[in-house]
Amino acid sequence: MITVHHITKRYGNHVAIENVTFDVKQGEILGFLGPNGAGKTTTMRIITCFMPASEGTVEVAGFDCFEHPQEVKQRIGYLPESPPLYQELTVTEYLTFVGQLKRLPASRVSSRMAHVIEQLGLGTVQHRVIGHLSKGFCQRVGLAQALIHDPPVLILDEPTVGLDPKQIIEIRELIKSLAGSHTLILSTHILSEATAICNRVVIIDRGHIVAEDTPAQLSSRMRQSEKMSLMVKHPSDDWLERLASIPGVLQVVQGATPETSIIECELGQDLREVISQFVVGQGVGLLELKPLSLSLEEVFLKLTQQDEHPTPMKDPSQV
Amino acid sequence: MSPVNTLIAKELRCFVVSPVFYVVGAVFLFISGFLAQLMVVNAGQQAIRFLQMQNTYAQLNLNELVFRPIFRSLDIVLIFLLPMLTMRLFAEERKLRTIELLLTSPIGVNEIISAKFMSVLFIYLGLLGLTGLTPIVLSFYSAFNWDPILTGYLGLALQGAFFLACGVLASTLTENQIVAAFLSFGIIIVVWLLGGLGAMLGDTTLGTVISYLSFVEHSDRLIRGLLEAKDIVYYLSGTVLMLFIAHRVVDSHRWQ
Repeated sequence: MITVHHITKRYGNHVAIENVTFDVKQGEILGFLGPNGAGKTTTMRIITCFMPASEGTVEVAGFDCFEHPQEVKQRIGYLPESPPLYQELTVTEYLTFVGQLKRLPASRVSSRMAHVIEQLGLGTVQHRVIGHLSKGFCQRVGLAQALIHDPPVLILDEPTVGLDPKQIIEIRELIKSLAGSHTLILSTHILSEATAICNRVVIIDRGHIVAEDTPAQLSSRMRQSEKMSLMVKHPSDDWLERLASIPGVLQVVQGATPETSIIECELGQDLREVISQFVVGQGVGLLELKPLSLSLEEVFLKLTQQDEHPTPMKDPSQV
Repeated sequence: MSPVNTLIAKELRCFVVSPVFYVVGAVFLFISGFLAQLMVVNAGQQAIRFLQMQNTYAQLNLNELVFRPIFRSLDIVLIFLLPMLTMRLFAEERKLRTIELLLTSPIGVNEIISAKFMSVLFIYLGLLGLTGLTPIVLSFYSAFNWDPILTGYLGLALQGAFFLACGVLASTLTENQIVAAFLSFGIIIVVWLLGGLGAMLGDTTLGTVISYLSFVEHSDRLIRGLLEAKDIVYYLSGTVLMLFIAHRVVDSHRWQ
């Protein structure tokens, strides 16, 4: 649905993004992660035809962004970093304006507007002037604006910024419900958000893509060893040494309490069965044994705090 | 509604809720009414003096005594008022980042520029139309030739369109509305002063060319009731040129 092919964007001598390539399949939610200034917004602006790339091509729904910008623009709903709101218009006036601007047929404007007002819970403020709304409502009006013409592709730049926790959950549910019928790219710096809603994430740092995969795959591939957390009721004094004597265990360290210990073993080995049998045989009272995986936060930090020129880490099947 | 009409309607909606529009409209209408009052009183005094001196009833030329000075003064008033109407158009869109919505909508930059220009032109022509009350009211009390009044209004409309196009250009150049207003004063006044430079150079080829570039001689002919194609071509080409440069400026922002 969206194909970004080797795009580079330069502002004078400054290179904002370099050789960025990825694609998004129909119905997928792609999370775009990266520290501030990594090039997320620049990439999104290029996809939405707001600005052209210095090099490379972008295709949306089969149309080239440079050759057929109008076709592309009509198929994209875009929520920029700061929602583009006209302070002096009321919510309904604004949504009607955007609908018409996006060439939504006149017969569909009022039904679509009723639909997005319902979807985003704007019913109570629909006749109020946008300039008087709170930040959370402004953000929701911004989202309504992106959805009004029912575009097949949605590009959302930090869609949950400025919302309270309850609203964030609602908007995440909304975004999830849009997947399938819509193709989405959303940027965020909240990593749990990406884990919660995205099928795939692209991590970008200093203008380069440093990783691209599903959140689960990313964290498993960043692991150097398998880790497990073990909790027993009555650990003996030499308990850690005894655990370390199990064949295949590389290292054992004390956890947060004397009862817990972190067991590290070779990558690709599953020792859970062996360890549980051992613990039960020792009669120390097995309470808990669970594998530990890296959170996306850890992956993100590992990737973005690496050396100056990060090497792209990609799943071979994605290329 | 097509996107262009939608944008025009939205701009007009924003004008009617903007205090700037009311202030500019009120000042413009007050000045034109005040000028008309001054000129009519002045013409009345001249009529009385004429009557005392010659002891005959003479038909005064209202076109020369009333309308020509009004048009000449309004020409200058426009230089200071019209930039106030245009300063908002692009500067505010850039400041509030709403330009991102327009440029990512299926509407071309040329359509955005023409919609913005048309909306402010409608507003100006509406205000100009209201000053038409002066000749209409005077026509009940006196007789005068309507032709120079119509060409005078055509001149004001064309001159206004040109100033507005200069203002649209200035507004695309900055995010700051005040800067945009002063930039358009600057552009218009430079074009105005070219007339003086042309006159200084006299009847040389360069002098004629420079005089032609200024609106002074063109508006003068229209106010005097002379309808010539070259004056109309001057205003229309000037307006189109300014809008074309504005188009290039908006487009170039996308490349930077």
